[in-house]
Amino acid sequence: MSTSFDFEKPIADLQQQIDKVKQVADKTKVDMSATLAELNGKVEEAKQQVYNNLTGWQRVQISRHPDRPQTFDYVSMMCDDFLELHGDRTVKDDKAIVGGFATIAGQSVMIIGHQKGKNTKERQYRNFGMANPEGYRKALRLMKLAEKFNKPVITLIDTMGAYPGLEAEERGQGEAIARNLLEMSVLKVPILSFIIGEGASGGALGIGVGDKVYMLENSWYSVISPESCSSILWRSWDYKEQAAEKLKLTSGDMFANKLIDGVIPEPLGGAHQDPKYMADVVKEQILKDLKTLSKKKIDDLVNARIEKFCSMGVVEE
Amino acid sequence: MAWFKREKKGIITTTEEKKEAPDGLWNKCPNCKKPLHYTEQVENKYVCHYCNYHLRIGSKEYFSILFDNNEFTELFGNLKSGDPLHFEDTKKYTERLEDSYKKTGLNDAIRAAQGKVNGIDMVIACMDFSFIGGSMGSVVGEKIARSIDHCIKKKLPFLMISKSGGARMMEAAFSLMQMAKTSAKLALLSKAGIPYVSLLTDPTTGGVTASYAMLGDINIAEPGALIGFAGPRVIKETIKKELPKGFQTAEFVLEHGFLDFIVDRRHLKSKLSAFLRMVE
Repeated sequence: MSTSFDFEKPIADLQQQIDKVKQVADKTKVDMSATLAELNGKVEEAKQQVYNNLTGWQRVQISRHPDRPQTFDYVSMMCDDFLELHGDRTVKDDKAIVGGFATIAGQSVMIIGHQKGKNTKERQYRNFGMANPEGYRKALRLMKLAEKFNKPVITLIDTMGAYPGLEAEERGQGEAIARNLLEMSVLKVPILSFIIGEGASGGALGIGVGDKVYMLENSWYSVISPESCSSILWRSWDYKEQAAEKLKLTSGDMFANKLIDGVIPEPLGGAHQDPKYMADVVKEQILKDLKTLSKKKIDDLVNARIEKFCSMGVVEE
Repeated sequence: MAWFKREKKGIITTTEEKKEAPDGLWNKCPNCKKPLHYTEQVENKYVCHYCNYHLRIGSKEYFSILFDNNEFTELFGNLKSGDPLHFEDTKKYTERLEDSYKKTGLNDAIRAAQGKVNGIDMVIACMDFSFIGGSMGSVVGEKIARSIDHCIKKKLPFLMISKSGGARMMEAAFSLMQMAKTSAKLALLSKAGIPYVSLLTDPTTGGVTASYAMLGDINIAEPGALIGFAGPRVIKETIKKELPKGFQTAEFVLEHGFLDFIVDRRHLKSKLSAFLRMVE
C-alpha cells in the first residue's frame, strides 16, 4: 500500500494480516481460503466503518493525498484530445494553473485547472499548485478565448491558495483574482467548476465562478485552510481538527449550506483509489450539464449565474 | 519665599471639585508621537499637522468629511449578521458580535449612505475597522450588493471606502462567496455606465483587495496605507526573507500600477467631485 493515513490503520493492519496469511499459505500449501475470506470480509467492514464516518480533517487529509488525481490526470482520462496553451501575454507562463482546448466526447471545451505536481521536482516546478497573478490572468485569457469561439469552460480547482509571495504582490495578486471574479460572472459561455482537491479561498474562487460548482466528495472548500484558521483564531497550530469542523468545509456541509450545486461521489477511500472511475464520473457530469446548459439562452444563463452568487450569505433584518 | 513651600500636605482638592480632562480631547499621533488636540484634528480631517500621518478613522468620520454639511440618509442600516455555521473558536461568534455591537455602536463592519458631495448626489459605503477588524462577512457583502443595486436604480455614482483585514473567518465559505457576489454586482454597475471609485485606506488586505477594492473605475488610496492580498507576516514566513522597506504601502502599489493616484484626505472631497464631474 502507498501513503496511508493514521485513521486508515485498522484497514492497513488487516491488509497486513491478509498478506501474512497468503505468504504462509504459499509456503505451506495449506488451504487458508476460509481465513482469507473472513479477513477480506473484515477489511470491507473496516473500510465501511472508516470511510463512512470521515471527519472534516480526515477529508482534508484525503484531499491532499499524493496520488490524488490532478488536472492533467483528468484531462488525459476524460479528453480525446488536448492542446495546452501557455502564457498570460504580459509577464510569463504560470505553471500552477494550466489550461487549453480539449475535446470531450467529440465536444470542444476549454479546460483550466490547478496542477500541484506529483513528485518533489514537479511540485517545485508547479509551485505546489499556488498560482501567481499571471496564472489567474492566463486563466482569464483562455476564458475570453473560449468566449470568442463560443466554447464552454471547465475549471478544475485544487489549490492551497494563491501564492503569498513578494512578486505576487508586486504584480497585483489581489487585482488578478478580483478581475477574474468580475469577468467570470458575466462570461458569455457556460462555466462548470469542480473542486477536485483543495479549494482554499480566493485562490480557488479565482477560477471558480461557475454556472454549476461541484465538489468531489473528499475535497474541501473554504475561506481559509484549517491550519491557518487555527493559527489565527486559536493562536496555535494545534486546533486544525476543530477548525476543520467549525469551518464546515466538507462537500456535504457546503451543499447543505447551498454554497455549491452538488457533490460528486468518490470511490470508497478517495479518488486516488480508482482515478479512472473518478474521471468517468466527472466526465459524465460534464456531459450531462453541457447538454442542459447549452440549451439555455446565454443571457439567461449569465443572469442566473449572477443571481446564484448574489443569493449567498446569511443576514438578519 | 513661602509661596513655593507646600504648607498643607497631600492633595487637598476634593473629588467633587476635581476637573476631568475629557477622554480623547488630546491624543498622540501614532507616527510622530506629538500630541494632537481633538478639535484641530477634526479641522484637519484627522491628519496629523506635524507629519501628515492619516489617523485611522471610521464611517462616521468619513461621512462627515465627505457629505455636504454632514447630511446623508443611511441605507440598509438594519442588516445584521446571522451565525449560519454556529461558529465557535475561543469564543462564540454570537458573543463576539454582541461585544462588537456594544463596543462600537455599529451593526457591522460597514455603513452605506446616500447624500451630496459638493452637490453631487451619490452613494458611499464605508468599512469600519473597529468592528471585528473590518472583516467581510455576509452583511458587508450584502450591503455592498444592495448599495450597487440602489446606484443602478437611481443612476448614482458609487464610492467604496475599504478598510479591512479580509474575509470574516467565522462565516467561512459564506464570507468567501461575498467576493463573487460584490464583483458580479460591480460588473452590472459597470455595464450600466455608472462611475465607481474605490478608495483603499489603511489597511486593505485579503479578500477585500481580491474583490471590490481593486475593481474601481479608478482605484485611489490614502498615503501610507497598507494594501495587499496576503498579509506581510504570511509573506515573510513563506519566502523566509525580510520584506523590503515600504513593501505593500499605497506608494508601492501605485508604483506597480494598481492605483490611479494617492490622495491626501484633506483633498479627498474635491478630487472625488472633480473626477465625477469629468466623467458625468
